[in-house]
Amino acid sequence: MFDFLIQGFEVALSPLNLGLALFGAILGTLFGALPGIGPINGIAILMPLAYTLGLPPESALIMLAAIYTGAEYGGRMSSILLNVPGDAGAVMTTLDGHPLAKQGLAGPALGLSAVSSFVGATIAIIGLTLFAPLLAEAAVQFGPAELFGLMVFAFASMSVMMGKDPIKTAIGAVIGVMIATIGVDSSTGVMRYTFGMAELQDGIDLVVMIIGLFAISEILLMLEHNMRGGGEGLPPLGRVFVSWKEIRRCRATMGRCGLLGFLVGILPGTGASVAGAVAYTTEKRISDKEGTFGTGDMRGLAAPEAANNASAAGSFVPMLTLGIPGSGTTAVLLGALMLYNIDPGPMLFSERPEVAGGLIASLYIGNLALLALNLPLAGLFARVLIVPRWVLVPAIALLAFVGVFQLHSNLAAIYLMLLIGVGGYLLRKLGFSLAPVILGFVLGGMMESNLRRALSISGGDLGILWQSGISIGLWIAAVALLVLPWLLPRVLRAWR
Amino acid sequence: MKFNRLFKSCSALALVAGSLVLGSAQAQSGKSECIAPAKPGGGYDLTCRLAANGLLETGLIDEPMVVTYMPGGIGAVAYNHLTGVRTDDPNLIVAASTGAAVNLSLGKFGDYSGDEVRWLGAFGVDYGAIVVKADAPWQNLDELMDDLRDNPGDIAFGAGGTVGSQDWMKAALTAKAADISPRKLRYAAFEGGGEALSALLGNHIQVFTGDLSELRSQLASGKIRVLAALSEERMGGPFKDIPTAAEQGYDVQWPIWRGFYMGPDVSDEAYQAWEKRFETLTQKPAFEEMRAKRGLFPMARFGDDFDSYVQQQIQQFKGLAKEVGLTQ
Repeated sequence: MFDFLIQGFEVALSPLNLGLALFGAILGTLFGALPGIGPINGIAILMPLAYTLGLPPESALIMLAAIYTGAEYGGRMSSILLNVPGDAGAVMTTLDGHPLAKQGLAGPALGLSAVSSFVGATIAIIGLTLFAPLLAEAAVQFGPAELFGLMVFAFASMSVMMGKDPIKTAIGAVIGVMIATIGVDSSTGVMRYTFGMAELQDGIDLVVMIIGLFAISEILLMLEHNMRGGGEGLPPLGRVFVSWKEIRRCRATMGRCGLLGFLVGILPGTGASVAGAVAYTTEKRISDKEGTFGTGDMRGLAAPEAANNASAAGSFVPMLTLGIPGSGTTAVLLGALMLYNIDPGPMLFSERPEVAGGLIASLYIGNLALLALNLPLAGLFARVLIVPRWVLVPAIALLAFVGVFQLHSNLAAIYLMLLIGVGGYLLRKLGFSLAPVILGFVLGGMMESNLRRALSISGGDLGILWQSGISIGLWIAAVALLVLPWLLPRVLRAWR
Repeated sequence: MKFNRLFKSCSALALVAGSLVLGSAQAQSGKSECIAPAKPGGGYDLTCRLAANGLLETGLIDEPMVVTYMPGGIGAVAYNHLTGVRTDDPNLIVAASTGAAVNLSLGKFGDYSGDEVRWLGAFGVDYGAIVVKADAPWQNLDELMDDLRDNPGDIAFGAGGTVGSQDWMKAALTAKAADISPRKLRYAAFEGGGEALSALLGNHIQVFTGDLSELRSQLASGKIRVLAALSEERMGGPFKDIPTAAEQGYDVQWPIWRGFYMGPDVSDEAYQAWEKRFETLTQKPAFEEMRAKRGLFPMARFGDDFDSYVQQQIQQFKGLAKEVGLTQ
């Protein structure tokens, strides 16, 4: 039954493929670490290279998959060190990762997140090996109505992030949802809030949003402090390596969130950003008894990191078994396969075992390589913090400018990024946190388009939203999340 | 200072990475360039890459062609760029397809009629397809149409584009051919064909109006049934058993050509040189093989002939849009 895997390891362990997996892992880490590039663009840019080099299909796929997983590892670095998410999946990583760096624990934070990434990815790869065909069948049961339910659930679980200032969290999320409505309306083709500008028709790019909101606003804040003669001191450089005790404390978190991220990754259209958000908020519900999440809790760092890596592996499930991409990145990978005249689908495992097996085996190997690469280097990367922030953050923003300009060949995206930065600065001055804004943006867009799709299918009948068992389950869970924390203590008190 | 050295090597690495990114972003004058008016990885990207690889491998250009991305407004940003900024660049081509003609005719690119640029030619084509699940009750287009006429509310269509996009046009035209008002059609717009296909497999939508080439792997797995290909005649290879809509009595064709346009002020000399280059390219067997691998069927239409073909298409789509109630 696992012949394909044995054959796959034989393929993946050949010197060429091993080298390519390592090369891809390093390159991917770099792509993930530099905001503005990310896995999709990295793979799309390198795919022609693999083809021109005349690599056999399994080798090309191994390299591209290593880039993908590497990028999910790399995305956390600037999240932790600079409070600027390196890619969409690493937004939640900033919440606890950056406070840890501020406390002088950048080294352990980087180490722990590498371990959680490894655990999350391993859980997902094992799931992919054992249950791929079964899960793919289940995943297609999630249609627009079910995905809408999932988004409602995600928004409901965001309520745990409300913390001290629930109104501001809610307003932040709504601002994000509103920004997500910019662009052509997916159902009718009508332009919304584009002011006749062609650049706005496709909506606002997630990278533009992230860099503007996090990096530009940070620069503006620093400018303001320096003008006043203040200026932030360098954070202390504490321990370099993560301790075994810290890892053990997070093992349950990693397990849960790895599984959760894997399942979210399999669903059509959802990716690392949704996985990270759902995992973080769920984990906060489960284990944040002391209210330390958001102030530098190791578990709050482990949760999104385990989940976003797991979702990357999860998105391979529909691609390999159904020939349907589970994420934007696997869509590009699928294009690479077609170029080699390989048709993914149920036949792939029997007809081209060296490709399917080689890919899965290379995920195991690439994941190990990434852990080996990232654990010792955590201390090194933490040293980046001795460079003053007023050098680092603008440098990152500059790199992002170049990256975004290359992908758009148009200055409008840069201006938009600056504009969003000013908006982000104002929000931060007013005491808003940025995570709800970006989550509202990501989840809101998906929530709307799935609602619209469901209603186009049913001809406007709202009943479709709770027709299936999956939807009903998600609605009940969402309502329970909102009501129980408020209701339970009161019931208990009355009962006593 | 040991760790200073570490830091130096670290920043050197960052510098190298940065300059790599910078280097490729620089404009390279004199070299030929292809603008893909979309993000990396999509159909326009593939069109540019096919031209770049094909022309280089067959020796029709000496230096590699640069592929630039310019997403925005499904191609509108690039169109504005060519009509307003780089109007006479003799080395610049922009990828286009039937979708661009649809958007031009609907006024989605702004106040343009389509004759602002010089249409260069098309070197490949894909065809629309009407797809249902393998266990769907409809064995042919007739059965689907009959059912649609009786219960338009029970059959939901879906595809990767919005209402008004070329994906939607396929559904609307098919309905129109059976005298069903496209306004009555239930149509869900997904983000790309892949999502629509998984909605079909989950039975959330019943009919998927996709493109033939993206169906290759699903056809092999037997999970779907293609009721009709929207081509002039039957295609070969894995598609040889799929009847055309015309065979079944519905006059619907939907070719999705893949080609290029150039700036309005490009000299006749440069335009004809490109025309010649592409014409030679499509006659090379090596290119035919590359094209087939990318799931495209043969098409070769260049120069003034192609230009008038696109103009005619735009006029036709304008009429269609009115008929199906998209524009007044």
